[in-house]
Amino acid sequence: MEFIKNGKRIDDRLPNELRPVKFDVGVLKRADGSCYVEHGGNKVIAAVYGPRAVHPRHLQEANRAIIRYRYNMASFSVEERKRPGPDRRSIEISKVSREAIDPMIIKEFYPRSTIDIFVEILQADAGTRSAGINAASVALADAGVPMRGLISSCAVGKVDDTVVLDLVKEEDNYGQADMPIAMDVRTGEVTLLQMDGHLTLEEFEQALELGKTGCASIAEMQREALIQKYRGEENE
Amino acid sequence: MRKIEKVDKTIVVPGDLLSDDVSKAAEGTYTEDGKVYSLIYGLADDRERIRVIPLSGKYIPIVGDVVIGMVSDISFSNWKVNINSPYEALMHISEYPRRIESSEMAKIMRVGDLAIFKVVDVDQSMKIELAPREGQLRVLRSGRVVDVSYTKVPRVIGRAGSMISLLKDKLDVNIFVGKNGRIWINGKAADEELAVKVIKQIEKEAHTSGLTDRITKVLEEEKHGVH
Repeated sequence: MEFIKNGKRIDDRLPNELRPVKFDVGVLKRADGSCYVEHGGNKVIAAVYGPRAVHPRHLQEANRAIIRYRYNMASFSVEERKRPGPDRRSIEISKVSREAIDPMIIKEFYPRSTIDIFVEILQADAGTRSAGINAASVALADAGVPMRGLISSCAVGKVDDTVVLDLVKEEDNYGQADMPIAMDVRTGEVTLLQMDGHLTLEEFEQALELGKTGCASIAEMQREALIQKYRGEENE
Repeated sequence: MRKIEKVDKTIVVPGDLLSDDVSKAAEGTYTEDGKVYSLIYGLADDRERIRVIPLSGKYIPIVGDVVIGMVSDISFSNWKVNINSPYEALMHISEYPRRIESSEMAKIMRVGDLAIFKVVDVDQSMKIELAPREGQLRVLRSGRVVDVSYTKVPRVIGRAGSMISLLKDKLDVNIFVGKNGRIWINGKAADEELAVKVIKQIEKEAHTSGLTDRITKVLEEEKHGVH
């Protein structure tokens, strides 16, 4: 399969170009904070509840809040029906996503409580964990949770021996490498970095730099979406 | 939209740089390497000190707060009270002005009763103790209670109580606003209903300017419509 023709990718993007991204803040009435994200073909919704009382009680911590993150794919989110419920993959993604966001939250403000994050993948097209983290981060801010900053995430990878930003499904499935990154853009602190496939050291460094520019663009969109929620209402 | 008092506050998100002057950092901010950043999503206010006013979030009690609570359970010596917070609060039997027996507790406040309390203690693990406000336990037996976000309480009260005065002035109702965002309204049914409607509008438009004028207009229109 040929991925790059005349410098353009299969969906007509440049190697360093993100797919179109759209954030919608506060879409769920009953959640304390929520966010809907469309990232290319991905459609993701995140809901945040809390801080609230911990059930079951034995999970609670005396001096801080606990963070629970559930990544879940809808059975209709992929072409072949996905068997509903947590599987090995989604349990892992839930763990790494929680660890990507956890260090930003000031948990000591809320002893004996929990902050629950639910991420539902409605439609998947590569990079769902990144889209989920981006949505969760905005939903947390929307819920009024104190954080040191927003976490922004995107994937980089390699197709046709070229390092590219934000892979689509075909590039992910048949390409040479896929590397999701999540970071706090302000401090440059990387909180998630996984890799599937092979990159040389030079390619890795090039990919990391490209990923950082992608995260920076995402961060700006997250910020804009949050500001727009209130500005939009004011101009009614 | 008419602009009477221009709100000079800007919307900020966590991690936004607010200032280089660490000495002015106040609530809703954190400092790092001699700079002040926003800790929450809210409105930055730098009129005196630099603080961020939250737009959402859960009520966390502070000693001295006066709140409206709902009894959720009665144990041997405590009333368990829901105060619209992640944490349950307790009022001990001995806080009641008169000495009573454990068996009499349900006569004073039953599960589901609403009352006005004062927060008297909050410890490290967020154990919250309540007492009756001003030594007299006020159980709310009439009227109605609406919940708004605690972040909107200052707006419902208004500058120096202006919004509350306006409501009390235009409507024949008694209003009490708890720090936890619970608001008790007592009066004639039609007035109570209008008060609830207006309070919900204040909550929704809390971040906009010229709100008092709009509310005045709504109250006057509604009043003339009703009669």
